[in-house]
Amino acid sequence: MTTATERALALPEAPAAGVPAAPGLAAAARRQRRLAYLQAMPLGLVFAAFFVVPLLLTLVVSFWEYNEYEIIPAFTLQNYLDVFDGCAAGADLCTTFRTYLSTLKFCLIGWAATLTIGFTVAYFVAFHVRSAAMQTVLFLICTIPFWTSNVIRMIAWIPLLGRNGLVNDALMSLGLIRRPLDGLLYSDFSVVLAFIHLDTVFMIVPIFNSMMRIDRSLIEAATDAGATPWQTLWNVIVPLSKPGIAIGSIFVLTLIMGDFVTVGVMGGQQIASVGKVIQVQMSYLQFPAAAANAVVLLGAVLLLIVALTRLIDLRREL
Amino acid sequence: MTDTPNTTGPRLSRRTLLQGAAGLAGAGAITGFPAVIAAEPVTLRYLGTAVNQSGDIARKVKEDLGITIEYIPVVTDEVSKRVVTQPNSFDIVDSEYFSLKKLLPSGNLVGMDARRIKNADKITPVFTKGEVAGRKIGDQGTAPKKVFYLEGPTSTKFAASPTEWITLIPTTYNADTLGIRPDLIKRPITSWKELLNPEFKGRASILNIPSIGIMDAAMVVEATGDYTYPDKGNMTKAEIDRTMKVLIEAKRAGQFRAFWQDFNESVNLMASGETVIQSMWSPAVTKVRSQGVACTYQPLKEGYRAWASGFGLPKTLTGRKLDAAYDFVNWFLSGWAGAYLNRQGYYSAVLETARAHMAPDEWSFWMEGKPAAQDIKAPDGTVMEKAGAVRDGGSFESRMGAVACWNSVMDENTYMVRKWNEFIAA
Repeated sequence: MTTATERALALPEAPAAGVPAAPGLAAAARRQRRLAYLQAMPLGLVFAAFFVVPLLLTLVVSFWEYNEYEIIPAFTLQNYLDVFDGCAAGADLCTTFRTYLSTLKFCLIGWAATLTIGFTVAYFVAFHVRSAAMQTVLFLICTIPFWTSNVIRMIAWIPLLGRNGLVNDALMSLGLIRRPLDGLLYSDFSVVLAFIHLDTVFMIVPIFNSMMRIDRSLIEAATDAGATPWQTLWNVIVPLSKPGIAIGSIFVLTLIMGDFVTVGVMGGQQIASVGKVIQVQMSYLQFPAAAANAVVLLGAVLLLIVALTRLIDLRREL
Repeated sequence: MTDTPNTTGPRLSRRTLLQGAAGLAGAGAITGFPAVIAAEPVTLRYLGTAVNQSGDIARKVKEDLGITIEYIPVVTDEVSKRVVTQPNSFDIVDSEYFSLKKLLPSGNLVGMDARRIKNADKITPVFTKGEVAGRKIGDQGTAPKKVFYLEGPTSTKFAASPTEWITLIPTTYNADTLGIRPDLIKRPITSWKELLNPEFKGRASILNIPSIGIMDAAMVVEATGDYTYPDKGNMTKAEIDRTMKVLIEAKRAGQFRAFWQDFNESVNLMASGETVIQSMWSPAVTKVRSQGVACTYQPLKEGYRAWASGFGLPKTLTGRKLDAAYDFVNWFLSGWAGAYLNRQGYYSAVLETARAHMAPDEWSFWMEGKPAAQDIKAPDGTVMEKAGAVRDGGSFESRMGAVACWNSVMDENTYMVRKWNEFIAA
């Protein structure tokens, strides 16, 4: 969207800046530019009202003081000091770093798992399935989990993984284990499992989309040139699927970064997440502290995305 | 109580409202009604947790007073948030007493005029004096008697001695303790310290609501004889650190299976056998039992952690709505609602009016701790307790009389919340 707008703005400007144009032409160019602004206005207004303003408010409030029942518009850095309380001490990891580390861990594991599964599924549907009808059917099947809500998909795991759940019962009756496995539920394992279940589709869709755009003759050319299937995959398909991988990664990473419901439910509330910290503070009316945490979280997510876009120039690839 | 099963929402459906309205309109046209009802019907927006927000109560109020109750069911934290930030979004609030420390300074609530509350002098001394049957009960934390009276109608200061201005008229209260699975523990449990007993490693749970969870932990610390708090409900920073250290050690040792956040989570943990001992709320124990799973609301020698909630009025309420709110509160104390709540295992504010609305054997089971003469049924008719059963913890006197502390907001609340987050991250 931005690129389109920029292009529309940039084009009429070019002649005006270069040779002095005829007065009529300049007027036309100006009109066109105004038109472009008008066209971009509705989206701009929506963005300003529902994105920029709340964000600025959050930023402002994060510097305010508060007590039990009101927030006081006076500048303070205390909220940020509280966020990083004990972080400089060094001996033991402070709460915030520990929380981010745990969140980051889930991000990495979740990302790697969804990427592997997502890429494989997309590859299968895009290259192995020959008929377009079958591709559509299989692709739709991938979206079936979306027919129920996030929370229900998550909670459905609990009776399965519990101490007396189906999985433990099955393993015990098969004689594979003597005592039920406790680590199946309310553990890192169950959290990652839920993330994979919930988020893999966000990987499949953009990667599949990228793959469908790959010119099949490139693959034929690679085969003709003597490439093995693995070489084709690695040297042709993966590089050309990069935009899809990048978009999918951004989806998955931001989803996991901001999540607290999945970590809460599947982790038995025993695993910290940044979102949960913010929620607890909100429920105790500590809005400025929550705002400060939100700003720090925003910064962390932005850093992650900047790092990603360093790896892949999304605009060029699209 | 903080989070509660929302069983009430659907009952007050649009249809019942419409039916009520239609009936009213039709009848009014023919026979004429008493002044209150003949005028435009009053609707009260009732903000609170779902504990008392029963469809049955709303229906009965409509029948008796012609007032329509519109429930706004939210969790406890959300109640406080609404009172502070959106005082115009409700006409009557059902809030916990411990929230008052946060709510009153906002100036959004007013003292209720005791002279307009018919049964004000019959409210149980648990609230007015902190006594049960003439004996003082524990008053650590935000005991209701500390925040019951205001110095004036619009004062934001709590009065030390009784005045005419009441902050909240009590709706329900109860004494909380640990729930256990006797079939899985197979030995008597008598002390709070069992919660952190390594014997139950990986099978214990506490609730993930900082201000309440830390008090349960404090009960454990005291039970182990480690430390005696001057006031568990208002710890110093050092005391918070000490308590959290105990919790963190237990967590790192794998004592807890999970923490629970709402009513249903606590029921599921217990019913599925994930946990065998955990902090719990009385109706949650009842629900586990109604699934055919043995569960005891275990009285412990160190006593109970109590909570209480009550009706407050927003400053903005005037005219007919204000009158209607007083009518409703008076009706609530007049017995029917009290009996209804007592039958669910809560306690009501005015015991004698509630007693008049309960069958003698119901009263002796719920309030006197005697064996049930016949099956005890829930308001919807399902059997809650078989004949011969005795209520866990016994009579009103032995339960409320053994209260050790009350849910509270500490002065060091901000620090406590930060430490709690540290505990969760540990």
